[in-house]
Amino acid sequence: MSVPVLDVRGLAYAYPDGHQALFGVDLHVHRGERVALLGPNGAGKTTLVLHLNGILQAGAGSVAVSGLPVEKANLREIRRRVGVVFQDPDDQLFMGTVRADVAFGPANLGLAGAELDRRVMAALDQVGMAEYVDRPPHHLSYGQRRRVAVATVLAMEPEILVLDEPSSNLDPASRRELADILRSLDVTVLMVTHDLPYALELCPRSVVLSGGTVVADGATYDVLTDEVLMEEHRLELPFGFDPRTALPPGR
Amino acid sequence: MGAGHGHKLHFHGHSAIHRAPAHLKVLALLGFMIVVVATPRTWYAAFALYLLALVVVIAISRVPLTYLLKRSVVELPFVFFALLLPFVATGPQTEVLGVSVSQHGLEAGIALLVKGTLGVLASLTLAATTEPQDLLAGLERLRLPVQLVQIMAFMVRYLDVVTGEMHRMRIAREARGFDARNPRHWPVLARSAGALFIRSYERGERVHLAMLSRGYTGRMPR
Repeated sequence: MSVPVLDVRGLAYAYPDGHQALFGVDLHVHRGERVALLGPNGAGKTTLVLHLNGILQAGAGSVAVSGLPVEKANLREIRRRVGVVFQDPDDQLFMGTVRADVAFGPANLGLAGAELDRRVMAALDQVGMAEYVDRPPHHLSYGQRRRVAVATVLAMEPEILVLDEPSSNLDPASRRELADILRSLDVTVLMVTHDLPYALELCPRSVVLSGGTVVADGATYDVLTDEVLMEEHRLELPFGFDPRTALPPGR
Repeated sequence: MGAGHGHKLHFHGHSAIHRAPAHLKVLALLGFMIVVVATPRTWYAAFALYLLALVVVIAISRVPLTYLLKRSVVELPFVFFALLLPFVATGPQTEVLGVSVSQHGLEAGIALLVKGTLGVLASLTLAATTEPQDLLAGLERLRLPVQLVQIMAFMVRYLDVVTGEMHRMRIAREARGFDARNPRHWPVLARSAGALFIRSYERGERVHLAMLSRGYTGRMPR
């Protein structure tokens, strides 16, 4: 088997105030996979995400990205390899123009001039926002801002895209447009979400995190139809949605 | 949030004033202000000349004068102070419309009013003809310390976000029966201000996380 893009082993973490959020998490994600990370509020999903690019340092256990351990010495390369898109695009987009924002990551990696421009335009093209390149982010609609937020990370040409609640606060059309974009990308995706139909639509595989450990890891369809597991971990399908009758594309 | 252009103070246009390099406009404003402030306060002809120059610039910029006048209400506190001066200052008295006022205070009040109005109009003209982004780039070209420019850039970026948050909190207060005229409700305002501060602080932390996640190491890329 090839080296996994994401290799998390026995990861445990307690916050400085003593609250322990993770109790030995094991997770492997391989190249080209799209994986949903499911779990109730307070399960430790965000804490796990912050370990993937070294914002938080593992209390115990280890995280490696394509074989490179997440350590202080490697942080720059780790943050190139792992692109995290945070939930609120107003947190992600902090520069005055879309161009400056998308360029921020690659410029930190040392790119400049024509190569930087190429990266910026390529990333914006991938999310269909190229024509907004010189607009200030706070003048875009919420759905557009979410797409630019994805572009800011794509411009770093990451090996894995980590999305925190990508469908939250989007209207159904924006939600579908984002799904189309994510499906069109040739990149490994780990998607934290409460939107179970979205997980079924986009991610063949799901991992359930609950109480700081991985309690299930399998085909999304199997996870969502396992009623005992679902109920035990406060996962609920929206009213009227049945995975057995919803046929995701490509199945 | 709408998808409109520019900032509230900005008036979209393509005049020569709009197109002039931002750092030149900043220098021009600064020079103008120094000259205005340094002019002895009894040289009324000079002030008339300054006003004329300013009106010519505004005319070239094609920003409607009413647009600028409406926004010059920020000057009101100074106007109030200027009107107060003749009555509180001491020294030889003089008669204006049958009221005895201080000669010294009257002159000081008029000077404050004239200089203040010229300053406010000139600054508003700069703001109306320059996009915030260009202004920041201009300040950077003038070698203003990068940190200061960055702080201003973040302020411009998050002004709308924070005022939006403030607006939503106000609606939420009023939806639950808050009445700003009732003094017994005033402590709520203080607590709201505190909550807004904490929310903004926490947003700052999240923005910092997002910056770190994209390889930020303490220096903004050039």
